Amino acid sequence: MQGKMAVVGSAETITVFKAAGVDAFPVSDEKSARETLRRVARDYPVVFLSEEYAEPLHDLLKRFDEEAYPVVLPIPTGRETGYGEAFLKASMERALGVDILFQK
Amino acid sequence: MELKKLKARLSTAVRGHKLLKDKSDEMVRRFTVLLREDKRLRDEVEGDLAAALKQFALAGALTPPYVQEAAFSMPAANVEADCGTESVMGVDVPKITLTQTTSAALPYAFSEITSEADGSVKMVSALLPKLLRLAEIEKAVRLLSYEIERNKRRVNALEYVMIPQLEETIKFIRDKLDENERAAIVRLMKVKSPAQSS
Repeated sequence: MQGKMAVVGSAETITVFKAAGVDAFPVSDEKSARETLRRVARDYPVVFLSEEYAEPLHDLLKRFDEEAYPVVLPIPTGRETGYGEAFLKASMERALGVDILFQK
Repeated sequence: MELKKLKARLSTAVRGHKLLKDKSDEMVRRFTVLLREDKRLRDEVEGDLAAALKQFALAGALTPPYVQEAAFSMPAANVEADCGTESVMGVDVPKITLTQTTSAALPYAFSEITSEADGSVKMVSALLPKLLRLAEIEKAVRLLSYEIERNKRRVNALEYVMIPQLEETIKFIRDKLDENERAAIVRLMKVKSPAQSS
């Protein structure tokens, strides 16, 4: 299956992806991010979502976990939220019951 | 009759339990491998991407946004993701390969855009394969974690519910049958003994 990649995020962070050949979908708030992501996920197998919008859309992201595609990857965009790590940690704890990576 | 059937079921359950347990062990092993790679890659990508975006922000400060918008509206590279699936322990995980055809020239006049922007565009292009790999692994980790959880539940159901129940029923039937047999023997002895003594 051939497919393009898309990136969803705030305008200033995704322009650079556009130049690199990824289709960019600028969003400005949580609501538009939700709608855009839903629409984009239907057409693109790979979607990068900037992390600042990932957290409020957690429920939507979870729904993508049942199938191999679409792949939605929260990417860090400088304004760190630690969402990616938290997501990783959650799946680790679900599977193993213990934390083997981020012991602090 | 029923005893025979139950015994067959018990042996199937035990065998299934062993198989599932092995599967679970192997999945956990693979999962930890993927998890470590995921973590490493994420840290790497996070650093690189932050650097690229910072540089781009700097570039943005020097160029008016509408110029930038115009310059970047034509993509410099054509990227296609070739998406397949791969089976890891019976779980379909995505397998993405990137076909990146970068045109040598950046699609805008150098007078319009600062060199920081060039650099950041190049950095992001170079980052794309890593990002895709990360996407692939992260998805695999998540899919596997669900599968491991499900599998664990099955193993536990077999180990703590199915198998003990079957064993108990079998024991009950066997006890009953033994009891019947003993009763029959005693009855026979009783029937025979007066005849012998007289």
